[in-house]
Amino acid sequence: MERRHFVQKSGLTALSALLGAEIVFGNRLPVGLPLLGLQDPDPFKMFNKDPQMVLLNDKPWNMEAQAHLLDDKITPNKFMFIRNNGKIPENIDVAGWTLSFDGEAARNPKTYTLNDLKTRFPQHTYQLTLECGGNGRSEFDPPAKGNQWTIGAVSCATWTGVRLRDLLEDVGVGSNAVYIGYHAADTHLSGDPTKEPISRGIPIEKALQDETLVAFQMNGKDIPLAHGYPLRLIAGGWPASTSGKWLTGLSIRDRVHDGEKMTGSSYRVPCEPVEPGAKVADEDMCIIESMPVKSLITYPKSGATLSPGNSLSFRGHAWAGELEVSKVEYSIDFGSTWKACALEAPANRLAWQHFSGNANFPKKGYYELWVRATDSRGNAQPMVLPGWNPKGYLNNACHRIAIKIA
Amino acid sequence: MEPQHDFHKSAKAISRMLRMIFGFFLVIASLLIYLMVDPGLTAFKAAPEVVVEPAAADAVAEEDWDKVEDGIHVRTGFVAEEGYMTVVNNCTNCHSARLVTQNRMSRESWEATIRWMQQTQNLWDLGNNEEIILNYLATNYAPQKKGRRQNLENIEWYVLEN
Repeated sequence: MERRHFVQKSGLTALSALLGAEIVFGNRLPVGLPLLGLQDPDPFKMFNKDPQMVLLNDKPWNMEAQAHLLDDKITPNKFMFIRNNGKIPENIDVAGWTLSFDGEAARNPKTYTLNDLKTRFPQHTYQLTLECGGNGRSEFDPPAKGNQWTIGAVSCATWTGVRLRDLLEDVGVGSNAVYIGYHAADTHLSGDPTKEPISRGIPIEKALQDETLVAFQMNGKDIPLAHGYPLRLIAGGWPASTSGKWLTGLSIRDRVHDGEKMTGSSYRVPCEPVEPGAKVADEDMCIIESMPVKSLITYPKSGATLSPGNSLSFRGHAWAGELEVSKVEYSIDFGSTWKACALEAPANRLAWQHFSGNANFPKKGYYELWVRATDSRGNAQPMVLPGWNPKGYLNNACHRIAIKIA
Repeated sequence: MEPQHDFHKSAKAISRMLRMIFGFFLVIASLLIYLMVDPGLTAFKAAPEVVVEPAAADAVAEEDWDKVEDGIHVRTGFVAEEGYMTVVNNCTNCHSARLVTQNRMSRESWEATIRWMQQTQNLWDLGNNEEIILNYLATNYAPQKKGRRQNLENIEWYVLEN
């Protein structure tokens, strides 16, 4: 990180550095230059990702995991999906990094340094599920436009930071507060400095939850650059786009935040179900809030061949947005019969839960192992695609892996 | 004579010093002006990057700039059919070609996407190229029926040892 801090020194710092110019350049040349690394053609090296991760887009950077890569109970960086709307900020000045609160409903607009946040407020750590709203988009018919995520745009790492609620109390929230909108340091693909690539947010009720954090650590270390270094809003269980990366500002709004990607078909679905391919007017679209119940078989990898008589131990994770998963079942006969899986309680609210099971196969042949989770309100994952929507969000159809007994 | 000689000497010394100071300020000033123009000192930072490895990669990339293999434009991944260079030139400035090639849409939806980019993402007026681009996209990146759930595909079979 130090090298990165170094590079964006400007103004007075650059002036004073001038006198020691030779040392400055000498220091600079031999190091790995992480900033230039942003143009490095190998994103796996650049972002410390496993080479089995799947690159969907290189401008902006978007990358997803495969199911079997997500087997860890706590997702490490190397298997965490990257979803970007704009360009990753290049000049990150941690010493000068600030978070400003403003907006119609902010009583005392304030600006905190990173150090203020780390020293003036109690710190909390939670394991939180972040899933891209468009995870599973690739299956929609008619197809939906955007990055064609399959199943790997989900993660559950631990996040450490301060509660957004503590900050809001310090700033003072007017009774007219409705929504929190975030602002960040990433830049628009077109290069237009007046445009924000994305500026989404959460209703005030979600902002006040214990688990909603302004985080500066992921898995006990500084947040990796691609995931929001040095500061990120974390709203577990909601579309990951509400967890703004490279956070620089929070606006306490007296209306639903109207920033970039809050309107039109972005992160919104028809308020009432529509037939596939329907045109939906803007006013008939509703913002996605909690993500739906879903699960993933992370072991074994799809394609396992077993000899007859052997049983198959499998495992994975299940999550349900704001809710808890109450039940996970599996089927090896295309959904005709279902058996229960063992299911663990979450590490904390909004963390995914681990399930496991043991399947026996009656005879040789091709099988599919299907898993379906049910949330605490009785909503189960569908076997086929759920309601079509223009941008292909919220596909929580059950995960399937192929098994052969031969 | 002595004092006069001394005076000459010190006058020369002062003038030399003034020239040095002036020169020094000139150097400082030009450095400062450079910093104003390029505060990130990118000119200095670029050097090591080229040395590392992309140097070779760049050379290859330039050679392969227009290379087409198995009907695919290698550099972008676009299907090398009629109009593809117009698409390369207009559609890969802001975003990656991958954002196009991973999508399948009807002509109407591709057109709506272009309008959306023009209205909100600073895409320019495509003029006569729009027809070429739309024809290309609607022909080569048209949707296929997928139904409500597809078969599991691209399964890599392996033996799972117990």
